[in-house]
Amino acid sequence: MPAPIAPFPQVDHQRALFPEGLALDCGMVIRPLAVAYRTYGTLNAARSNAVLVCHALTGDQYVAERHPLTGRPGWWESIVGPGKPIDTDRFFVICANVLGGCMGSTGPREEMTDAEGRGLGRPWGTDFPNITIRDMVRAQKKLVEHLGIRRLLGVVGGSMGGMQVLEWAATFPETVFGAAPIATAAYHSAQNIAFHEVGRAAIHADPDWKGGRYWEDGRVPARGLSVARMVAHITYLSEKALTRKFGRRLRGASAVTFLEDVFEVESYLRHQGSTFVRRFDANSYLTITRAMDYFDLAAEHGGDLASAFRGTATRFFVASFSSDWLFPTEESRAIVRALNAAAANVSFVEIASDKGHDAFLLDEPDFHRALGGFLAGCADRVGV
Amino acid sequence: MDARTPDSIRYVAKNMRLDLRLIAEMIPAGAKVLDIGCGDGALLAHLTAEKGADARGIEIDMAAATQAVAQGLAVIHGDADHDLAFYPDGAFDYVVLSRTLQAVERPREVLRQMLRIGRHAIVSFPNFGHWLVRWQLLWTGRMPMTETWHRPWHETPNIHPCTIRDFFDLCALDGYVVEQWLAVDERGLKAPWKRSVSLANLFGEQALFQLRRG
Repeated sequence: MPAPIAPFPQVDHQRALFPEGLALDCGMVIRPLAVAYRTYGTLNAARSNAVLVCHALTGDQYVAERHPLTGRPGWWESIVGPGKPIDTDRFFVICANVLGGCMGSTGPREEMTDAEGRGLGRPWGTDFPNITIRDMVRAQKKLVEHLGIRRLLGVVGGSMGGMQVLEWAATFPETVFGAAPIATAAYHSAQNIAFHEVGRAAIHADPDWKGGRYWEDGRVPARGLSVARMVAHITYLSEKALTRKFGRRLRGASAVTFLEDVFEVESYLRHQGSTFVRRFDANSYLTITRAMDYFDLAAEHGGDLASAFRGTATRFFVASFSSDWLFPTEESRAIVRALNAAAANVSFVEIASDKGHDAFLLDEPDFHRALGGFLAGCADRVGV
Repeated sequence: MDARTPDSIRYVAKNMRLDLRLIAEMIPAGAKVLDIGCGDGALLAHLTAEKGADARGIEIDMAAATQAVAQGLAVIHGDADHDLAFYPDGAFDYVVLSRTLQAVERPREVLRQMLRIGRHAIVSFPNFGHWLVRWQLLWTGRMPMTETWHRPWHETPNIHPCTIRDFFDLCALDGYVVEQWLAVDERGLKAPWKRSVSLANLFGEQALFQLRRG
């Protein structure tokens, strides 16, 4: 059995505090609200060049810089930076840790507060309320207003980040000039909920989880959380990508010995699992996966996805990847068709890639050109 | 509607095919346009830059669609047979289908959709009634191979060829009003047979029609 893993160290994140708190879809008000965020580039005098990047399930606000905890490069450095598709020489880029996250925004790992906003001297843990993608977006809206920005030139995100983009465009259409939902869907499918449930079940089954109160004895449910990550990681890749990267190769052996054989792919997944638990909170994982499962934009608008966008002036760029089976192209096409039905201005490309869902994070030149062209077009039209 | 036109769009607009220029001439400033089979977006770019149009496109070829999107144009990857049904009635002033009608699965349905979602339809297609096509079939007994019809029968995407006369008949059958039409040569230059359908059908390599619902 591996040695117990202590909770990851506290890092001082840049945060905006909102004492008035946030009213959630579940009916609760959470106060105060903290939104941890990072910005890149410079806000122009007209405050018209802001681009909000929304991160995915296990991402965070460190989109284009070395991560303070892991020391690894930002998760979207191929997209965000000087001269990149989201050009920080031209745009003021904002990325916030989602509500319910574990990198400084209000979430299960932060101190629990009562209705008056008084700290209770313990983390929220599983007492953290059930939140939705729309709650995450409302928290980001507060940050954007706090930064003095009336309209975002662009809101961009992949996977769960794409869900937030769709929610932004549907909930605050006047605030969004250009929306780029990438490798995403307007609802979380039964298959995706099922995979999430496997991950949650693994966490629940770990004795170290202790009904969510693992913070009491300074441990984390590392085994459960790492299994959750391993399962999820498989869904981010394609069969072809796994074959290309690992095939049936063995670790340190050329043939099966029937003793302690370890396939390369096993070793890779274990590594993914064990590094993940050092940077992510298990209760956050439970909270955020649940928020994704709740997501159904059409249901929020009387069952008709098009009515979520009726009359919108927002320009859309939708992109999917051909080998993504977690958020398949058909889901993106459904978004595009709903946008067409709403007579919205929309671009759509399906990028040919064998890298699975992960492709949106990787080096895909066609995708980068298309996204960069879309944002540059938005900027030209606004006069940035 | 848009305050400024991106430079990339101006660049694409300059390099437009001649037949697209003829189509562009038919479209008034500020119109809402859908270009089906828009390629890399040359017509869209022209209409956006020169006419202040709200121009959008559908393109079946992924590389071309990506190219158009990268220029900042509103183009979706899709096709005439499957994607038109999702647009609302009367969403556009003009719906354009250039050199594509003969390659779609259901031309009659595509036309019906075009005139459902647009007030006007602009359609261009290669004329199978051209004298060279007729002559080759008559003289050699084989499928014609011309500058326009240049792929062998087993490889051609053009599964629904028609003549100018055939097209007039279809318009009459479905009650469409032909607002204007012309026959053009392969490079898109206007041909002088406008007064006579028979002559146009014999000498026009391409046909260009503007229709509306009856």
